[in-house]
Amino acid sequence: MTLAATEPAKAPKTSRDWDMAAIAPFIALALLLLLGYFANPSFISLANLTNVITRSAFIAIIALGATYVISAGGLDLSVGSMVAFVASLMILFLNSGAVADPVLLLVSAMLVAILLGAACGLFNGLITTLGRIEPFIATLGTMGIYRGLTTWLSQGGAITLKDRELQALYRPVYFGSVAGIPIPIVIIFVTAAIAAFVLYRTRYGRHLIAVGSSEDVARYSGISVNRVRTIAYVVQGMCVGVAVILYVPRLGSTSATTGILWELQAITAVVVGGTALRGGVGRIWGTVCGAFILEIVGNIMILSNFVSEYLIGAIQGAIIIIAMLVQRSLMRK
Amino acid sequence: MKRRTFGLGAAGFVAAAAASPSLGLAQEGKKVTIGVSIPAADHGWTSGVVFHAERVAKLLMAEHKGLNVIVKTSPDAASQANAVQDLAVQGLDALVILPSDPDPLVNAIQQVKDSGAFVALVDRAPSVNDNTIRNLYVAGNNPALGEVAGQYIAKTTPDAQVVIIRGLPIPIDQQRQDGFDKGIAGSKVKVLDRQYGNWNRDDAFRVMQDFLTKYPKIDVVWCQDDDMAVGVLEAISQAKRTDIKYVVGGAGSKDMIKKVMDGDKMIPVDVLYPPAMVATAMQLTAASFYDQVPVSGTYILDATLVTKENAKSFYFPDSPF
Repeated sequence: MTLAATEPAKAPKTSRDWDMAAIAPFIALALLLLLGYFANPSFISLANLTNVITRSAFIAIIALGATYVISAGGLDLSVGSMVAFVASLMILFLNSGAVADPVLLLVSAMLVAILLGAACGLFNGLITTLGRIEPFIATLGTMGIYRGLTTWLSQGGAITLKDRELQALYRPVYFGSVAGIPIPIVIIFVTAAIAAFVLYRTRYGRHLIAVGSSEDVARYSGISVNRVRTIAYVVQGMCVGVAVILYVPRLGSTSATTGILWELQAITAVVVGGTALRGGVGRIWGTVCGAFILEIVGNIMILSNFVSEYLIGAIQGAIIIIAMLVQRSLMRK
Repeated sequence: MKRRTFGLGAAGFVAAAAASPSLGLAQEGKKVTIGVSIPAADHGWTSGVVFHAERVAKLLMAEHKGLNVIVKTSPDAASQANAVQDLAVQGLDALVILPSDPDPLVNAIQQVKDSGAFVALVDRAPSVNDNTIRNLYVAGNNPALGEVAGQYIAKTTPDAQVVIIRGLPIPIDQQRQDGFDKGIAGSKVKVLDRQYGNWNRDDAFRVMQDFLTKYPKIDVVWCQDDDMAVGVLEAISQAKRTDIKYVVGGAGSKDMIKKVMDGDKMIPVDVLYPPAMVATAMQLTAASFYDQVPVSGTYILDATLVTKENAKSFYFPDSPF
């Protein structure tokens, strides 16, 4: 109630640049598409664009969860390792053949992935809230734990889905399409729509933003800050679970290097999408756009003939900074 | 102490060897301790190193009754230096070491060498790599890994248009690239593009997808690593492209060796850079104690071309790699 009273007071001050800030990532994306076309005309082909957007699915979906965590003023560095850990356990579950019917086995494995992700997220959340450890350090610790457990499970090698028929059955989840649209793209938008609904239309979503804007004000307003934050980490974990469900059918295997540095890509997607690292603002569709931008930048680099392979990292970094500068200048207008 | 028993044992050995082929029984009294220090299994290749070190440690101990082989893994150079010192305290007759990073470990290795133990260095050499620091050096051949792949491609598909997926920007990757260029020199093989795939399956998948978009016709992919070949194959099958004749990986992972064995058209060959080289060093070290054969020196393994005919001898179904 008290919160409802404070929000309208804040709204008039920010409503005008809110619009611009929400649109800015999409303008940056449009400019990139143009740049891509000049780099190599086949960039704009439908086949290439669906490839690129399909493979951005992992980062996009993880980044949706990261939007929650960051909006609530937290940070999760463990997501890359969590992908590897959850995916490895999911493959081990599939290999164990715990359920006889292959379709049921797949469905239960997907549930296992989401539940495991949620459990990993809950663990992160409880360490930061109940344990009162800075999220940076807490999730740096769990990043090591999840990565180490993955390496141990795989004995440093690879964990591979053994049953060929099961793999053939599961493969369409990444490679298949519904009405011409690849399934991962459908899942990005469905997950984003759910995330947007919860963040913008529910009480929990408003509490989350309130906690991120000012922890003290939220607490005085009667919001259980710890509960809201912990749930944000659980949401992040479930998003990792969804990403894993898409990841496993692609190569059918994980290794100790799966998901390395994905946490930084997810955080970058969130920030490029217009969510502030300090919390209090969450832009779901901006995040999706940010994930597309990251993947497209990499794609343009490889398709173009004028960038040396040694310079790709530098140019990618420069393009991301320029995209951010374009956004900022649009916001000031 | 140990040295003296060695001499006596060796004398007994010469007498016994002629009589009995079972060396283990003949050598019952002779005690030798070999320490093996290797990096922890943090990716495919090192997991293979750990697997083969442990496998051959068992074989050697079963063969030689007095022999004790202690295998220790360490996650980084600093902890490996500690592990070497811990091993040395237990009284080593020999140390077999695959350093995670050779230069920071020079002092630890030097200490063991100065104590009079036999030192075998594997794969990664420090800047000074001579008999002051080790007795035996066993390594694979990075330039040859590229050269063998290049020669194979030039021979089987003389007009091939090739795309290359590199590893990480570090010296061994460059050596492999230079070797490849040497291998195809003078042929009509054309390199369309080279990009980094970071020795990672997912990155290789991404790069390969983009290569397929960029080039309407590709004959051969050289990705010089079996892990990356997994991602490359998946990208090709997704694009349903039939122009790619085959993919050449490298290292010798069980999955790729199996494909070669089964006559998979996309993976006709593999180029060896075997993690089992640590076992070569262990066998040679044990041989210097029990079989009195001279082993000191440098031992560079060939980058053997694995074909359908010889694949069987490089296939380890139980290895994690």
